[in-house]
Amino acid sequence: MLDFIIRRLIAIIPVLTVVAVFVFLMLRLTPGDPAAVIAGDNATSDQIADIRTKLGLDEPIWTQFVIWISNILQGNFGESFFFKKTVAELIAQRVEPTLALAICTLVIAVTVAVPMGVLAAYRHGSLLDRIVMGFSVLGFSVPVFVIGYCLIYVFAIELGWLPVQGYIRIGVSFWGFLERMILPSITLAVIFVALIARMTRASVLEVLNEDYIRTARAKGLSNRVELMRHALRNAAVPILTVIGLGIAGLIGGAVVTESVYGLPGLGRLTVEAVLSRDFPTIQTVILLFSVVYVVINLLIDISYTLFDPRIRY
Amino acid sequence: MPEAKRPVLEVRNLSVTLPTGADRVHAVEKVSFTVAPGEIVCLVGESGSGKSVIAFTIMGLLAKALKPSSGEILLEGENILAADESRLRELRCTRMSMIFQEPMTALNPVMTCGLQIDEVLATHTKLDAAQRKAKIIAILDRVKLPEPERIYASYPHQLSGGQRQRIMIAMALVLDPVLLIADEPTTALDVTTQAEILKLIAELQEGQGTGVLFITHDFGVVAEIAHRVAVLRWGELVEMGPTEKILSRPEHAYTKMLISSVPSIHPAHRGVRKDGPTVLRTEKLGKTYSGNAFFQKARVVKAAVDVDLDIRRGETLGIVGESGSGKSTVARCIARLIDPTDGKIFLGDTEIATMSAGKLRPHRRRVQIVFQDPYRSMNPRITVGDSIIEGPMNFGLKRDEAMARARKLMETVRLDPNSLDRYPHQFSGGQRQRICIARALAMEPELLIADEAVSALDVSVQKQVLELLDEIRVRLNLAVLFITHDLRVAAQICDYVAVMSKGHVVEYGSAEQVFGAPKDDYTKALFAAAPGRNWEFGKFATA
Amino acid sequence: MSAITPEEIVDSASISAASTKRKSLWALAIRNTAVIFGGAILLVMLVIAILAPFLGTVDPTRIDPAARNKKPGTEITFRLDDGQTAKRTVIMGTDSLGRDVYSRVLYGTRVSLMIGVSVAVVSIAIGLVIGLVSGYVRWADGIIMRIMDGLMAIPGILLAIALVSIWRAGLITVIFAIVVPDVPRVVRLVRSVVLSVREEPYVEGAISVGTPTWTLMFRHILPNTVAPLIVQGTFIAAAAIIAEAILSFLGIGIPPEIPSWGNIMAEGRTLFRVFPHNIFFPGVFLALTVLAINIMGDGLRDTLDPKMSKKV
Repeated sequence: MLDFIIRRLIAIIPVLTVVAVFVFLMLRLTPGDPAAVIAGDNATSDQIADIRTKLGLDEPIWTQFVIWISNILQGNFGESFFFKKTVAELIAQRVEPTLALAICTLVIAVTVAVPMGVLAAYRHGSLLDRIVMGFSVLGFSVPVFVIGYCLIYVFAIELGWLPVQGYIRIGVSFWGFLERMILPSITLAVIFVALIARMTRASVLEVLNEDYIRTARAKGLSNRVELMRHALRNAAVPILTVIGLGIAGLIGGAVVTESVYGLPGLGRLTVEAVLSRDFPTIQTVILLFSVVYVVINLLIDISYTLFDPRIRY
Repeated sequence: MPEAKRPVLEVRNLSVTLPTGADRVHAVEKVSFTVAPGEIVCLVGESGSGKSVIAFTIMGLLAKALKPSSGEILLEGENILAADESRLRELRCTRMSMIFQEPMTALNPVMTCGLQIDEVLATHTKLDAAQRKAKIIAILDRVKLPEPERIYASYPHQLSGGQRQRIMIAMALVLDPVLLIADEPTTALDVTTQAEILKLIAELQEGQGTGVLFITHDFGVVAEIAHRVAVLRWGELVEMGPTEKILSRPEHAYTKMLISSVPSIHPAHRGVRKDGPTVLRTEKLGKTYSGNAFFQKARVVKAAVDVDLDIRRGETLGIVGESGSGKSTVARCIARLIDPTDGKIFLGDTEIATMSAGKLRPHRRRVQIVFQDPYRSMNPRITVGDSIIEGPMNFGLKRDEAMARARKLMETVRLDPNSLDRYPHQFSGGQRQRICIARALAMEPELLIADEAVSALDVSVQKQVLELLDEIRVRLNLAVLFITHDLRVAAQICDYVAVMSKGHVVEYGSAEQVFGAPKDDYTKALFAAAPGRNWEFGKFATA
Repeated sequence: MSAITPEEIVDSASISAASTKRKSLWALAIRNTAVIFGGAILLVMLVIAILAPFLGTVDPTRIDPAARNKKPGTEITFRLDDGQTAKRTVIMGTDSLGRDVYSRVLYGTRVSLMIGVSVAVVSIAIGLVIGLVSGYVRWADGIIMRIMDGLMAIPGILLAIALVSIWRAGLITVIFAIVVPDVPRVVRLVRSVVLSVREEPYVEGAISVGTPTWTLMFRHILPNTVAPLIVQGTFIAAAAIIAEAILSFLGIGIPPEIPSWGNIMAEGRTLFRVFPHNIFFPGVFLALTVLAINIMGDGLRDTLDPKMSKKV
């Protein structure tokens, strides 16, 4: 088992290397002097010269990469000239809302979507199945910010049940936090529910056609409970996979949702950084999100072994 | 009628309707037969005969598209065709059980074998956990699985195909049903495993007096296990009677045709010549697969080791062996579809084992191969004519010349030359296999490799294709390398036979020598396991 | 040999049944209700896009300070270029610069459809070439797939945002920024088709009759990628339209004067509480278009490529 985990860990090194090289090259591909770009529009020539020596911009590109990556590995992500802070500080401030949003969304999505998908598969071809599938296609088709504004319009403006925008730290007021988390999480959960419900339905349907389900019927097991017991565990791996891959969409959706609801999270930070061309921050955020995405999928990979004894470690 | 003699299963006038749009109205039409306690009845027929449909109808497991339209199925006198779903559930595994063809997929991969049997007991009995476990261990012991405790805790993928089929049998018989339905239970297994499973089924049913409905396409298995035989064709019961009578004195022409299509296990006297020039010779040919994926333990599989073969013009060399013996690996190495890792291959005087792809191309023409699966052997998107002329045109033949050759070849393989502009899906399996042979012959090869080329065909079609192959060999003075797992087929078509096991050639000689007086222990075991080896099919008594 | 073999009898029955089966695959797709339904909506959108100038629209970029923030259905007076005034009813209202939302939404159809189609075509073209190389050239496969894995590890929208931030906003840069994250998915699809078709006996048969690699690729392998790529293409187009809207909405997409649905909605954000129509009308058009493409894609997948239905 440990051996398996170590092998998986080693396997993500090339992936992360490609990500790092890409993020590094990003800045070099911009037109103009990278030092000037990093320093931002209001920098003095002294500041630019300072950055140039710090990043070794006069060195060959390989050396620059080594300097850059070793800084990153030591936790030194550079300085945001726009926000006048180190990038690490900036990110630390912004983590909480994003993390809270992601967790709430995942919880809502999984608890709603998996039963929906299972029911749709079990009642394959019925009205319920069509409704679930219809909802799922719709969920894919409406952009997250349109959903967001619809919800705000109905629940915050018309009904006035919930606040329109803003964020309160969980430590300050739990109810305030919860109140302001409900709409964003539901907004972001819609597309995720669509994705997971669809995948759950598809994989349960496929499992229901397997020979061992026929065997289970030949044993005289009753349709409902027992068959679902056989089916669900076998369908678990593809469902988990799609949850893992969906994290990418979740991150992208978080950027938009935070903008709609004015949550001061990492997504909002990304947009602010892009608008102010604050490259050290953009680079770090992309790197961070990619690492999170890869690590979550690694964990999911490892968790397969709990569901399927055939997956060898 | 005394109670004990009442049949466990009585099927009366059963018809099952196919969905509209199928090539016939009924999957099964007015079929009647009985199975007595302690009796094994074989339903035998070719593909599409409706034999499996009958089995699934009895269990109530038919696909929704198929509907029983008339008749009765009496299980110990109770009409189960009229029973509702909950009654059927009660009966399944308690009074009637079923085992399936594919032991590899019939068990739930994420549940231990013990628990899968436990489910049967938990559903149908009131035994507590300890009693259930004891009963399961006992049945695992009865189906002769070693270390029942370990097997109980094993997952299906940790067991071999034969062991999994034993688990299925244990599951089916744990509650002593009166009827066991076995749907081709040994078809997916190797011949030695098949013999063991057949023996086990016979022993268990005899001990318990279980009635068995055994579905098969293989007359060897019929001869081995059946008390009575029912022959089916296109959903209709053609003939039924005691095994000995059906096999030796069949009345219906179809039965006769079917039985006489079964190749004999005694090699035909083919008069081995030893004068032709050598077409192919391999020297210490070997293929080793090594998993060299990053960061993974290197797994080395020796698929073929030190294989020495030679084939002369006009001769057929057979390679026989069970699955995983390396026989197909050798064929694919010789056709250079895979690259051998050791040894040499001489095509005439040319060594091709290590030749680069570019240099090999002109020699490709000289070796042609016919594959097992007739449905995947031709590009479904182009006409069979285009498939046949592709090779000759690659070697510079003009399109109309190649087409003329294709028309001639269609006649050679006894198909209508005017059907060259049709697509593969418009032909049956046997016809496609003929087209594949024509495609191979279009290259005017020196060596023709048939890689399990008749294994996917029904026995009557198989006979025609075999005859065709042999006729072509004689007419064109071809060298043929014939790969098969079927000893009967090998006995009829081969001049020389190489027996392979675990990558090695364990015995090699003329067909008469190998079949008549096998020397190697493995060969002996293989022949001893061949079902119906004591029966000479097709030698009908003239009554 | 007997005069009639069982095989030949079965044939005559099965030939007619089987022959209808293959050729009608495309016909079947065209007759699929989902394909018809989605296709019909798309056709309407296409007509709107083409005929936008003739559907009672005005110049969608025309700013009119006198007619700012009008609610839908209001009658406004506007000044023509020659100085005269005319009255017209703004069906969907106006935005905070006084531009006519109805005209902007209709012209926006052009932008969105164009982006959807071009992203699908470009990413499939690039992905197809890379995927074929990857499936065919063994030594290149490892390198290509590592790069693709790396690209796929960066969440798509984030990657697009990053690329736009480097290249500066513009229609072409937005299209390419959306293409880049899609390419690895196409590459994987093509590669998996190539690898599985390569194992088919008919391809091995073609190899053994000495068919050159190029013929093998174009005649025997490439046609198998058409159906899955068309299906994939519809989903890429749908996602691309949404991605453009998201980028524009965040203010980092195509320049704000170009009337795209995302831009209209971005412009309407600030005054959303009072004038929600700026978001609702383009939102409905956007959702309807993407829905139509997705429904059509589902229908195509079910008929053309049933095996793919597992891959969402």
